[in-house]
Amino acid sequence: MNYYMEFVYIISSILFIMGLKGLSHPESARRGMHYAEVGMFLAVVGTLVSGKIVTWEWIITGIVVGSAVGAAMAIFMPMTAMPQRIALSHAFGALAAVLVGINEFIEKGHLGELNSGLMGALGFEVLFGALTVTGSLMAFGKLNEMIKGQPITYKGQNIVNISLFVVTVGLFVYLIFFPYEPVIFYTMIGLSLLIGVFIVLPIGGADMPVVISLMNSYAGLAAAATGFAIDNKVLIIAGSLDGSSGFILSIIMSKAMNRSFANVLFGAVGSPQVDTSNLAEARPITRFGIEDTKFVLEQAERVVVVPGYGMAVAQAQHTVRELSDELEKRGIKVEFAIHPVAGRMPGHMNVLLAEANVSYDQLLEMEAINPTMDTVDVCIVIGANDVVNPAARTEKSSPIYGMPIINVDKAKTVIVMKRSMATGFAGIENPLFYEPNTKMLFGDAKKVLQELVTEFKKV
Amino acid sequence: MQIELIYILILAGFVGFEIIKKVTPTLHTPLMSATNAISGISLVGSLVAAGVAEGGVNSTISHILGFVAVTAATINVVGGFMITERMLKMFKKKEKKS
Repeated sequence: MNYYMEFVYIISSILFIMGLKGLSHPESARRGMHYAEVGMFLAVVGTLVSGKIVTWEWIITGIVVGSAVGAAMAIFMPMTAMPQRIALSHAFGALAAVLVGINEFIEKGHLGELNSGLMGALGFEVLFGALTVTGSLMAFGKLNEMIKGQPITYKGQNIVNISLFVVTVGLFVYLIFFPYEPVIFYTMIGLSLLIGVFIVLPIGGADMPVVISLMNSYAGLAAAATGFAIDNKVLIIAGSLDGSSGFILSIIMSKAMNRSFANVLFGAVGSPQVDTSNLAEARPITRFGIEDTKFVLEQAERVVVVPGYGMAVAQAQHTVRELSDELEKRGIKVEFAIHPVAGRMPGHMNVLLAEANVSYDQLLEMEAINPTMDTVDVCIVIGANDVVNPAARTEKSSPIYGMPIINVDKAKTVIVMKRSMATGFAGIENPLFYEPNTKMLFGDAKKVLQELVTEFKKV
Repeated sequence: MQIELIYILILAGFVGFEIIKKVTPTLHTPLMSATNAISGISLVGSLVAAGVAEGGVNSTISHILGFVAVTAATINVVGGFMITERMLKMFKKKEKKS
């Protein structure tokens, strides 16, 4: 065993853990990332000079091309495209794991060193890796609107998926006992690639935060399995960190939607049949114009903004911040309440608002804001719908019943900015719009906010 | 395969769970891009594949697979850390105006 190498890997592992620890607070986060970067640098340089490397041209080309592509993506990709980028990077990470696994299979197979233990590790590596590659690419396609964002469902879908899964696991078990079977090995990879496609097909846009978190977890597990296959401990540690991160995020996301993993993966939200016709007919809505809104806001002492995916679509984050500045100038306290699944990935709204220079201590979690909601004078809902739907609290028949929501209806006045009366992703009617304290402000979020800011600046 | 690797997996999983539970929800997106960059550590495995000596029976396959893997992993490592830094730079606390 190469002790010098092990020592370098231990240092790297410690630095990775310290790096993630830094993310507990925005103050320490950047320092933490520097630790992790040093850790990565040490691990790579350590491996390069370990003596295991004989041929250099492929490595140098790969590193140069990879750095150029990675850097270009990091520098030029707009923050609004962050969900796509995250999805894509899961695919890259998993691809590397699959290829290392295939190489190991060929190499060890040739040397006659494929035993059941190694095959177990390789199997996990390529299974998780392959389904993450295609699953993440599908998520990327959906987020980038290259594939229809709506759930794609067909009759017998779950049966197809489950049989595919069972067959793949069957092949894996077979390989553990009879590892020298290249045809079976590659078939297993092929089926796993198919699983990745099929598993994401029926998942709609609003469920993307769960999918992205799950893929994060799988990519990590694939890396950890690689560590087992090539007996490399730093890979196991880094992979476990990634795996648990994705796992925790998936739990948080599922909880925030009041759904189980299985429900997200196998229970595509079809078209929930809720009878809300009486709601729409019996109760009128109150429309508000720019001036009414300005008047109400001026009277307020405490304003809470609740952003949703609509804000991201309208790219309204900068205008929201301008409005918040105008209000603060008038001594009004402005906060932002962020639902865990608002947007298309965990933390989506936070990143957009931070980009627009909103101070991070103004970004509050749902749990922090809800208890004080009745002291809020005005709540502005921008492009959010299901996450503020009080039916989740009151209506047992509603498909989102039980989902934790931001209780905007408890604020004294709620201003809902929306393009039209169209329902949210799940097609669920929102009784919030008909509440007497709710005022509807129709129009494109960015344009409406712009007009509002201009109005404020006039004075 | 040694049993010690399983110990490492389980213990690292617990450490990860405890640390990541404490990550503030505000930073969940940077967390994902950071863990992604870190799991680009599979680069280490890719390097070994891409760097085998020439002339071996499977060395050409290893070189090609290794090359693609090195490229993909480097995209994640370099891009992942850079974009995490770019995001974290945006999270600022405003000086409160008096």
